[in-house]
Amino acid sequence: MADPLLDIRDLKVSFRTDDGLVRAVDGVSVSLYEGETLGIVGESGSGKSVTVMSVMRLITDPNAQFDGEVIYKGTNLMGMSQDQIRSIRGAGISMIFQDPMTSLNPVYKVGWQIEEQIREHEHVSRQAARDRAVELLTAVGIPNARERADAYPHQFSGGMRQRVMIAMAVSCNPDVLIADEPTTALDVTIQAQILSLIKKLRQDFGTAVVLITHDMGVVADMADRIAVMYAGRIIEQGTQRELFYDPQHPYTWGLLGSIARLDRPRPRRLTAIPGLPPSLMQLPAGCAFGERCAHRFERCRETPLLLDRTGTGHLDACHLSAQQKQDVRDRAIHPELVEERP
Amino acid sequence: MAAVAEQVTSTGLRSASAGRNPWALAWRRLRRNRLALAALGLFLLLIVVCAAAPLYAHDVAHDGNVLGPNLNGTTIVHGKVVPVMQEGGGLLKLGETPIGPTWNLHHYFLGADNIGRDVAALLLYGGRASLQIGICSALLCCIVATIVALIAGFFGGLADAILSRLMDVIWAFPVYLLAISLATELLTHSNGIQIGFLHVSATSLWTPTVIIAFIYVPYVYRPVRGQVLSVAGKEFVEAAIAQGASNYRLIFSEILPNVVSTVIVLLPLMIATTILTESALSYLSVGVQPPNVSWGTIISDGQDLLYTRPWVSLAPGIMIVLTVLALNVLGDGVRDALDPRAKLRVR
Amino acid sequence: MLTFIIRRTLWTVVVMFVITVVVFFIFFKTPGVDPARALAGRNPSPQTLAEVRAQLGLNRPLVVQYGLMMKRIFITRNLVSYSDQGQLVIPEIFAAAPATLSLVFGAAIIWIVMAIVMGVAAARLRGRIYDPILMILALIGLSAPVFWIGQVANLITQGGLHNSVFSWVPPLGYTSFTVSPLHWFTGLVFPWITLSILYIGFYARVLRANLLEIQTEDYVRTARAKGLSEQRVLLRHTLRTSMITFVSLFGLDFGALVGGGAILTEVVFGIHGVGFLTWQALQNLDLPTIMAVVIYGAFFIVLMNALVDIAYAWLDPRVRPA
Repeated sequence: MADPLLDIRDLKVSFRTDDGLVRAVDGVSVSLYEGETLGIVGESGSGKSVTVMSVMRLITDPNAQFDGEVIYKGTNLMGMSQDQIRSIRGAGISMIFQDPMTSLNPVYKVGWQIEEQIREHEHVSRQAARDRAVELLTAVGIPNARERADAYPHQFSGGMRQRVMIAMAVSCNPDVLIADEPTTALDVTIQAQILSLIKKLRQDFGTAVVLITHDMGVVADMADRIAVMYAGRIIEQGTQRELFYDPQHPYTWGLLGSIARLDRPRPRRLTAIPGLPPSLMQLPAGCAFGERCAHRFERCRETPLLLDRTGTGHLDACHLSAQQKQDVRDRAIHPELVEERP
Repeated sequence: MAAVAEQVTSTGLRSASAGRNPWALAWRRLRRNRLALAALGLFLLLIVVCAAAPLYAHDVAHDGNVLGPNLNGTTIVHGKVVPVMQEGGGLLKLGETPIGPTWNLHHYFLGADNIGRDVAALLLYGGRASLQIGICSALLCCIVATIVALIAGFFGGLADAILSRLMDVIWAFPVYLLAISLATELLTHSNGIQIGFLHVSATSLWTPTVIIAFIYVPYVYRPVRGQVLSVAGKEFVEAAIAQGASNYRLIFSEILPNVVSTVIVLLPLMIATTILTESALSYLSVGVQPPNVSWGTIISDGQDLLYTRPWVSLAPGIMIVLTVLALNVLGDGVRDALDPRAKLRVR
Repeated sequence: MLTFIIRRTLWTVVVMFVITVVVFFIFFKTPGVDPARALAGRNPSPQTLAEVRAQLGLNRPLVVQYGLMMKRIFITRNLVSYSDQGQLVIPEIFAAAPATLSLVFGAAIIWIVMAIVMGVAAARLRGRIYDPILMILALIGLSAPVFWIGQVANLITQGGLHNSVFSWVPPLGYTSFTVSPLHWFTGLVFPWITLSILYIGFYARVLRANLLEIQTEDYVRTARAKGLSEQRVLLRHTLRTSMITFVSLFGLDFGALVGGGAILTEVVFGIHGVGFLTWQALQNLDLPTIMAVVIYGAFFIVLMNALVDIAYAWLDPRVRPA
């Protein structure tokens, strides 16, 4: 395989608070290859947003501490000066945020905000930047783009604003587009439109995408490879097929079990994962998921490493052997199917 | 990003602070803020020192009256008896100059003012007046503003429209000019003013107290009304309404406890403001009236002695700065303690 | 936008009307007040009292009394001071205005510049020792009575050091710019500083808090993610939005100061502006002057309020009516 475009190596991020150290990201390693879509899945507080924000070096909290490397095109982003990282932000790697309602500056016209980014990275005239902004707005499906470029963000609907954000993010042809829960704040019908827009842009521009979400349905549709995060760590990582058809970690089983599926018999009830994620300040010794796991055994007191236990490049952090997992998995994900079997 | 950090923290804190009473949490946060505690200590110390004024004053009392003129009195400096009012300087020996600071804790520590009174004693008695007016008017103002805000915010509609417009009009007046107009009006009533069965004489400390409380009502009213409106729309209030709670119960057990924190944050800052306002009005001779003294009146009287006996003006000014500074620091501490957004603070 | 301005102006007129009514009632209709006695100054002769009563038309209906008073203030402008017979109050206020405007304008420039510098510096240096130091300084400025700072300034510049370091400071008082620009300036330096200290403290704190709050906004994160420099993020995105709060506060404070709020500074430095006029009137309980100043001051504040609202709409497209 070629060198990855973006390679996160053992990233650690922690926040000092009045009540102790919060380990938001605790040793995450993941790679992104050219042109692919990487999905990062996890519930809120699992550290997925903090991970990508750290990649962009967007965490300015004075209480944050960082460790590890992020290699982009052979250079470590974590060791870059402010000026160097700035030339990457928005040009090499750009980002779309969760809430389009608050992510655009309310006091500037949207066209201006796109122009601002173009002119920051490329020496072009105002007019050229302007034309490009209008072109981009048209490309993301804003009708009457030339007039709408002179409107303020509050004059757009949520979905339209997210389109503007996307136009802005791809304005300098980035290699990597990070989409942090791009559809969470939107209506379901708009969600689908935004996702297919991202898909289309990926095809048109060949941009690699990191898609952060808590929604397994979204990654099933979009991602080539998927990493599942829990309590600041990646607990399973593999191709989309592997994750959905051969999930290895009990937490992933829980996530899959909690989606309603139309292609299977209707379950009596959706299974939920019992309990709550642990406090990031006092992580239990051993497997962080241990307390909520139905298949816990002796060895779970040791912290499981993210290893290839299947021999296919599919990584997971669970002490159960591949065979043991297969035996208990179906019952865990779809108990009703198993019960109905004679 | 703060949102991320906050999310992280709230997940992290879940076990540490779950189910704890918010007041206990706020108190715990305040206790950790050493600067705010020091400010609280200083403020209380100033109150105690001023309250203990007679302990100092019994040494310097003349004719049994500390605040009366003492033009012919004497005091002791380095074991010698000297007159309090000394002969003026210059060739002509015109006028009299009051004695300067003796730095002796028993007599005329800070010297005398232009009618021979002990400045240190004035400072303590003046502090009593200043603190009393400041604290009482801030409390009065907060109470009135909260009641008005509760009525306006809870009942809404016409009540809200009328009360809010009324507040707008008071707000439109220049603060000092409004106070001055009211004060001049009240002071021209040499018999004082009769409000119902309440009689306030023109020279009473209650005159400036009431005036100052009145002019600041809109400043407290606005944020509190906003808070009432936001609380009144919350689910727990709707739940109480659904249970058939009376207006009385809604206001006093559902809404009031949730706006009290806003008022408590404002209170130290209001006391700071009212103390400054009192001193300003007294400086302009429309605040505290003789025979009472306050820090403002001492500064005003000290203006004539500024170049010969600067301590008469300097000392009360320093007292005001200390008091108001302590209150402002305390106010910041209280706000940080009660404001949940202050969770992530630099250590 | 135009309808908004018209609506705002109409509301301004209404508030001004209410203010004149309130002032009228404070000065003339407080129960137990004899305005004639009050207006006639201390120890009036019965003849003066009678004259004043007739002048005010106190035997006529309330509305007529109010109308007469307003006519004297706004139309004929012949309201007469009672402590200084024959002195017309309204021209006196206009004569005093340049001094007040000079004082307030100069102080405003100092406080805006200093507050932005301090507030931005504190916000940028957050987490380092300079931030709390700057903020304690701001808090001290906020805690000192302005007239006392003025006295301290006088003590320093007019006292012992007046013959050496501060020999360039003229004696207390105001010199008109048209008489001597140099004296106008040197005489106002310390009043400017004195008046601005409180506002520097206040604005620096507000600005810092506002900047820190806005820095946590999503759109500032977006601006950083776009690759803009910290400088540009701060100036074009954070500070630009902070200016909405800043400008509205400034308008109100500026209005209040020109409208008589600078009284303390004017008195302590002997600057014969509108505030000083009020203070002199207070010494004599010269009600016509006080009343006129209060009405003019309130008018100015209401006017500034309206301008602030319009500026606000201009600065913040969200509240701009489409």
